[in-house]
Amino acid sequence: MTEQMNTQDLLSIEDLSIVYEVDGETTYAVNNLNISLKRGETLGLIGETGAGKTTTALGIMGLVPNPPGRIVNGKVIFDGEDLLQLPKEKMRSVRGNRISMIFQDPMTSLNPVMTVGEQIAEVIQIHEGVSKQSSFQKAKEMLEMVGIPAARSGDYPHQFSGGMKQRVVIAISLACNPDLLIADEPTTALDVTIQAQVLDLMKDLKTRYNTAMLLITHDLGVVAQVCDKVAIMYAGEVVESGDIRDVYENTKHPYTKGLFGSIPDLDLTVGRLKPIKGMMPDPTDPPSGCKFHPRCPDATAMCSLSEPEPVLTESGHTARCFMLQAMAEPLAAQKPLTELNRVQG
Amino acid sequence: MSQEMTLDPIQGQLEKEPAPEIVAKAAPKKRSQWLEVWSRLKRDKMAMLGLVIITIVVLAAIFADFIADYETVVIAQNLSDRLQGPSAQYWLGTDEFGRDIFARIIHGTRVSLMVGVLSVAIAIVLGGGLGAVAGYYGGKLDNVIMRVMDIFLAVPSILLAIAIVSALGANLMNLMFAIAISSVPTYARVVRASVLTIRDQEFIEAARAIGASDFRIIFRHIIPNCLSPVIVQGALGVAGAILSTAGLSFIGLGIQPPEPEWGAMLAGGRQYLRHAWHVTTFPGLTIMITILALNLLGDGLRDALDPRLKH
Amino acid sequence: MSDTILEVRNLKKYFDTPKGLLHAVDGMNFVIEKGKTLGIVGESGCGKSTTGRVILRLLDATDGEILFEGKNIREFSKEQMIRLREDMQIIFQDPFASLNPRMTASEIIGEPLIIHNKVKSKQELSERVAELMALVGLSPRLVNTYPHELDGGRRQRIGIARALALNPKFIICDEPVSALDVSIQAQILNLMQDLQEQLGLTYIFITHDLSVVKHFSDEIAVMYLGQLIEKAPAKELFKNPSHPYTKALLSAIPSIHLDHKMEREALKGEITSPVNPAPGCRFAPRCQYAVAECTAREIDLKEINEGHFVACAMVEKG
Repeated sequence: MTEQMNTQDLLSIEDLSIVYEVDGETTYAVNNLNISLKRGETLGLIGETGAGKTTTALGIMGLVPNPPGRIVNGKVIFDGEDLLQLPKEKMRSVRGNRISMIFQDPMTSLNPVMTVGEQIAEVIQIHEGVSKQSSFQKAKEMLEMVGIPAARSGDYPHQFSGGMKQRVVIAISLACNPDLLIADEPTTALDVTIQAQVLDLMKDLKTRYNTAMLLITHDLGVVAQVCDKVAIMYAGEVVESGDIRDVYENTKHPYTKGLFGSIPDLDLTVGRLKPIKGMMPDPTDPPSGCKFHPRCPDATAMCSLSEPEPVLTESGHTARCFMLQAMAEPLAAQKPLTELNRVQG
Repeated sequence: MSQEMTLDPIQGQLEKEPAPEIVAKAAPKKRSQWLEVWSRLKRDKMAMLGLVIITIVVLAAIFADFIADYETVVIAQNLSDRLQGPSAQYWLGTDEFGRDIFARIIHGTRVSLMVGVLSVAIAIVLGGGLGAVAGYYGGKLDNVIMRVMDIFLAVPSILLAIAIVSALGANLMNLMFAIAISSVPTYARVVRASVLTIRDQEFIEAARAIGASDFRIIFRHIIPNCLSPVIVQGALGVAGAILSTAGLSFIGLGIQPPEPEWGAMLAGGRQYLRHAWHVTTFPGLTIMITILALNLLGDGLRDALDPRLKH
Repeated sequence: MSDTILEVRNLKKYFDTPKGLLHAVDGMNFVIEKGKTLGIVGESGCGKSTTGRVILRLLDATDGEILFEGKNIREFSKEQMIRLREDMQIIFQDPFASLNPRMTASEIIGEPLIIHNKVKSKQELSERVAELMALVGLSPRLVNTYPHELDGGRRQRIGIARALALNPKFIICDEPVSALDVSIQAQILNLMQDLQEQLGLTYIFITHDLSVVKHFSDEIAVMYLGQLIEKAPAKELFKNPSHPYTKALLSAIPSIHLDHKMEREALKGEITSPVNPAPGCRFAPRCQYAVAECTAREIDLKEINEGHFVACAMVEKG
């Protein structure tokens, strides 16, 4: 029984597409996205501004603002249930309880007129229906757990520094022992030494509670330090995904290669960086064919004509590129990815 | 695209420049930001309704002489036709001296609009200037200016206006002056608040770093960026000024008879309210609709100018 | 030395706050040679941005000397300062806030030329603006666009073009790429590198990003609460970091190499306040090696290797 639980996906997103419609203009934020995550695993979702990372997270949480946002198709299967089909009331009991989220800016995600203790206790009261007193007791325990003395539970957010506030946010998100934690750029607003402390804390708590985590970030280094699996997003699509070692050390997709070329490596000294040319495509008017082809150094005529399917290059490592498709033909035998995934699973 | 370029700062990723002559044509014309505001405003139905009404009022003011002759219709008394109800001849009836109410309302727009617009203009120049200086320089100067403004604000504006008009005498100039003075503090505050936020923006620092003078920074960088709240406040302010004019005229301190003015007409018809309702109702409705239209436009402008709605 | 372009001596900037005197910059000393890049790194609140603004006299220093080409610019008159602006420029962090939203790209880039009467006609102005736009890799068709119509990378190019308009010798870059996406960041860094080579520019590169500063700088200065605590040539600093804070800072960078799991140098608590700081080493309350001596006296920079200076009582002892 437990064996089975471990191999099954906790979260599996299938063909998720989300659009925003403003003034007759359609922004394709997320296009046919497929990702999956098992219990206790950490998946890094990497992408630049406008890649659709945050929209994906909101899609899982059922928080895509509607209007202007609309989920066009797809499934978000969480523990065997499609979240997109759940009634509102039921979804609310999932949110904050079984799935919780950490936002980028700890300054704005806390209520300035409530003490941090009250804010942690509030979540516990809503989802666990315990008495006020025991919820406060639990809130204090949570604070201790994230490294803040319980005595500070009566303090207001403005009495904490940025790093401490993010710890409070983490305490809130973990208060109900969620199965899945979605962290949207949790350390971007923090200084590097504080970031290191917060990342350590998150890693530690995650292993302790066997929580699955979806870490959304633009920072390849953060992912390398924390994640087991990684998915690279570009223009609303996952262009490469797989085991972190496969993706980082055997990079297949030109965009991923470009990202690695863009950041200065501390261990190497290079005269010049190798940036990706051009900029992100306009999401209201995405390029034809492969979305990356206008910026791709290896693009061929075919790339602008039709859209490449994700190709499985080795166990669990997929990339969306024609170059690979040609090479991997015998292996993948042109099977659609979802089927392959099932075979793998 | 030309591949030969002497300078290639980012490894050929640049949009390489075509020959200069083509450039001059290909570059899109500088598009006014006001056009953008207009396109947003157009989508706001209530604001457009307000704008249509205001346009009619303005047209009425401009063409008042073509609609009714001032000497023979608007101010000449015709006691045989006094207090008649609306009819084909007198669309909105006549007043206690037998004058056509419709014609008087049309001519009344001139005074209302003139006082409204000019007093707001005076107030914006005075208040805006003081507010900009107070906000930009800060410190003692700010303190002195704003405390004086606070003293003005402590006196109810209509009382202040009454005091000024009674001291200087009731005529059009003094009326405008009185209304303008009483709204100076409002503009000073609005402008000071937005100058304070803009003053600390990095582009002001950037202007200082390239050696721009204070004068240039205020006029080129700060003022264009605080126009939006002033415009909104101005549209609402015109409404307020028209109302003040009507109020002052109503109590006899504004426009003097026989000159037509909405507030004065309201006051004149007051005694006949019971058997000649139209004498007060139509000027009253006119005031109401005009004020409503200005407020609708003001609200619409606020939304259209709000940079947060820009994506 | 003849090729020194800027020297800062005992530079101080204090702010009066309700809580007390905030020592934003407290006794900085450094020298930059022509054509080189000095990187200043530190975490938020360490005074690195204030240092840049004080050097440009966008803020007035409390004490110290700023020698630009041998002359103390703190004694310059208003007119002299305006002339000096031609030589010293700044590139800002936020490419949105640093551009006037009501001005077009060409108006922004052309403004310094107008202020300093560098052009005689409209024709000349637009030619010069076109040159500058080409120099920073902006397409000429963007002349009449407003900042909000452009993406971050292009906005930052406008900011760079504005800084270059007067042919400066020296540019302070205040976190010029922090607000940009990685792929765009690399484009801008390369552009700035090319411009430095072409135009012989000298940079002060202020950032919190250590990997960027290592890539970009000849020499790196590490700041902590308003003070310089370590200064060394870039390679030397990364090979042989000597101050405990520098070590902690370097060990906190998440490496992109999977087998490089972080071995973190322990760091206690969080940054303390620079308001009315206690005497001695400001890092002492967080330092695991701190001894009584650290707070007993002011610790000055000492040269431990050629060009490598450290302010630490423990390192002094060896």
